[in-house]
Amino acid sequence: MAHTQGSYYVPHGTKWPILGSIGMFIALFGAAIWLNDADIGRNIMFIGTAIIILMLFGWFGQVIRESESGVYNDQVDTSFRMGMLWFIFSEVMFFAAFFGALFYARTLAVPWLGGEGMGASTNEYLWNGFEAVWPTNGPAEIGGKFQTVPAFDVPLWNTLILLTSGLTITLAHHALKKAQRTPLIIWLAATFLLGFFFLYLQAAEYMEAYQHLNLKLSTGVYGSTFFMLTGFHGLHVTIGSIMLVVIWFRVLRGHFKPENHFGFEAVAWYWHFVDVVWLGLFVFVYVLVA
Amino acid sequence: MSETTAHMHDDHDHGPASGIMRWITTTNHKDIGTLYLVFALLMFFVGGLMALVIRAELFMPGLQLVEPDFFNQMTTMHALVMIFGAVMPAFVGFANWMVPMMVGAPDMALPRMNNWSFWIIPFAFTMLLLPLVLGIFGIGGGGPASGWTLYPPLSLQTGDAFAFTIFAVHMLGISSIMGAINIIATILNMRAPDMTLLRMPLFVWTWLITAFLLIAVMPVLAGAVTMLLTDRFFGTTFFSAAGGGDPVMFQHIFWFFGHPEVYIMILPAFGIISEIIPTFARKPLFGYTSMVYATASIAFLSFIVWAHHMFTVGMPLGAEIYFMLATMMIAVPTGVKVFNWVTTMWKGAMTFETPMLWAISFVVLFTIGGFSGLMLAIVPVDFQYHDTYFVVAHFHYVLVTGAVFALIAGMYYWIPKWTGYMYNEKLGKWHFWLSTIFVNILFFPQHYLGLAGMPRRIPDYSVQFAEFNMISSIGAFGFGISQLLMVAVIWQCVRGGKKASARVWEGARGLEWTVPSPAPYHTFETPPAIDDSMVAHPDDLAH
Ligand SMILES: [Cu+2]
Repeated sequence: MAHTQGSYYVPHGTKWPILGSIGMFIALFGAAIWLNDADIGRNIMFIGTAIIILMLFGWFGQVIRESESGVYNDQVDTSFRMGMLWFIFSEVMFFAAFFGALFYARTLAVPWLGGEGMGASTNEYLWNGFEAVWPTNGPAEIGGKFQTVPAFDVPLWNTLILLTSGLTITLAHHALKKAQRTPLIIWLAATFLLGFFFLYLQAAEYMEAYQHLNLKLSTGVYGSTFFMLTGFHGLHVTIGSIMLVVIWFRVLRGHFKPENHFGFEAVAWYWHFVDVVWLGLFVFVYVLVA
Repeated sequence: MSETTAHMHDDHDHGPASGIMRWITTTNHKDIGTLYLVFALLMFFVGGLMALVIRAELFMPGLQLVEPDFFNQMTTMHALVMIFGAVMPAFVGFANWMVPMMVGAPDMALPRMNNWSFWIIPFAFTMLLLPLVLGIFGIGGGGPASGWTLYPPLSLQTGDAFAFTIFAVHMLGISSIMGAINIIATILNMRAPDMTLLRMPLFVWTWLITAFLLIAVMPVLAGAVTMLLTDRFFGTTFFSAAGGGDPVMFQHIFWFFGHPEVYIMILPAFGIISEIIPTFARKPLFGYTSMVYATASIAFLSFIVWAHHMFTVGMPLGAEIYFMLATMMIAVPTGVKVFNWVTTMWKGAMTFETPMLWAISFVVLFTIGGFSGLMLAIVPVDFQYHDTYFVVAHFHYVLVTGAVFALIAGMYYWIPKWTGYMYNEKLGKWHFWLSTIFVNILFFPQHYLGLAGMPRRIPDYSVQFAEFNMISSIGAFGFGISQLLMVAVIWQCVRGGKKASARVWEGARGLEWTVPSPAPYHTFETPPAIDDSMVAHPDDLAH
């Protein structure tokens, strides 16, 4: 113990990564043949996903045990922090691609199709009569007439829910730093409950869009950008909520110390990131729609 | 808990585990570096064979050997294999081996994730190559044939290979991002206390900036190919004008990734060259600090020049002019680098061991590629050159005589440190001269072909292009066969030879030369004290 206590913890061999690679390959191979109309692919995909979940449990479990046994010094802690921050930056850039698609389609592609600027002859000869408006499902009106989701209804509630959850996780963090266990448990639980409530409302909003507004993933470029942006965000809320549940159980088991709780902070950062992305969505996808 | 404690004792007292499990489960940066390098070498030959199929078909006009669709599969897969399978993993392999040793760290910052970064790649390439290999055996429609840039609508017409290609790109992206995060954390968090930022070797600096580029743009590529996937299978219309989208939008998103990507493949090459030239000129690197700033400038500019790949696609005039001027600005920091390399050699006590020969060749030939890039940046000129063999000649000068030459130079430079033996200098020099001669026979005539109007990615051509194509193909086979010499050199050097000293090269400076050759399995378990004589660039220290 004394040998490593002061120095950087370099783990011995690990079997989790290779398991993760095998799981990832099986899952994506299954998905690929499923997309190519082989129904067996779906089951293969589920098997691969199960292996990935097993790997995540095993890998994170091992890291948590090591962390709780105190083998990580401050320098290891800093590596984890940097890892998480740069991971979140990569996520920001992933969303940037889809926001970029939204802005490009809205401010360049659609006006050009409508004959603006360099699109004059495109409009004249290819899409005569098409008027550039936003939202649009394009000159071919793919998916037929549709309506948009009003911003100041469910999306507004969802904004308030996520902002509140950002507040509750901060309260939980303060409680953790002051070693107040009960408020920590309550505020953390409140955070993921708000997360799940957000997901419930978003699911209801999707049902409404599909059933009554005729707004679908296939509703031209508006449907594409709307569902891909909000869908990937919803996926991240799901992941974030699961992470919150995991650290909640860790808190119940007595993990984390007031001065040492990177796992908690990483999840909190992730949650704030999901929050900020939503604000971008609320403004650019919902409010500034027409 | 008792189990982890037991493991911790093992870590420092023992060397590697034995057998195949050593390589599958390893968390050691040197083992993982070796895995990356061996995999990259393998892919270099896989991608090279594809290139030889292309050059064999183009040896004479007319369709000779392969079907046009298979030819297009070869051009597509050659690029994907070389970029994502050979060049990028090779540089990550160098980073794994050298960065911890150069900054005085015990290992990479996140050793388990380091293992995963590598072990995703073989699975990703299984995914990528599967449709092609099955196609060769008559099963399915073969590999993707739309070009590595996957432009829609053409790429959306790919057969069963489409989803496999997209998912392989996703896997490679995940691997690259994890690898890059690890490198940044290692450089920022694991340096020995005396290793201040401006004492770092330039190879470390270039990798720090490259890793940032990777984290910034690989997710954008993931987004772009995800949109392709949903356009193909789930009814979205990102890239279809009928739904209000735009196929040109894909090109914008793709090249927002793609231009930084070319610097991801060249900045670490600059780093390697900046290590080698001072060693064999026996002078500190000229303008160390300006090299750091030049690298950062190139990285910054790489984000704002992407549309120079699509001048002919129909953009507003203002955009064309902006992207032209922004692109030409990159010549300034790149010129700083070339100037500094030449000035480092000026009045140096030069010797010409194999790594130095490759490095000098790099400086000359990369500069030719840089100049042809400058020509391509000029909008009205690019209207002529776009999608011709001039473009092919340009990017092969920067990627083969640039990136690949730097990788080979680095291999010769550091292999005594890796294996503990000197390589065969005579064989190394043969490898160098044959490669340098043949690579120019291979790629230089392609400039003329492009200027005369021969399009790229076409299996047949007009008879007026016959001579230069034949010369180019002869060069290709000469270059390809010469690379077998490299395998022989590496093989010999791994098995034995003259014992290498710790410093290996008389003029070498830097922490990696203070440890024995071969470098012990664990280096710098306690941070080394560093004085000026160990630092690669003592002249630039603040006095
Ligand atoms: Cu470019």
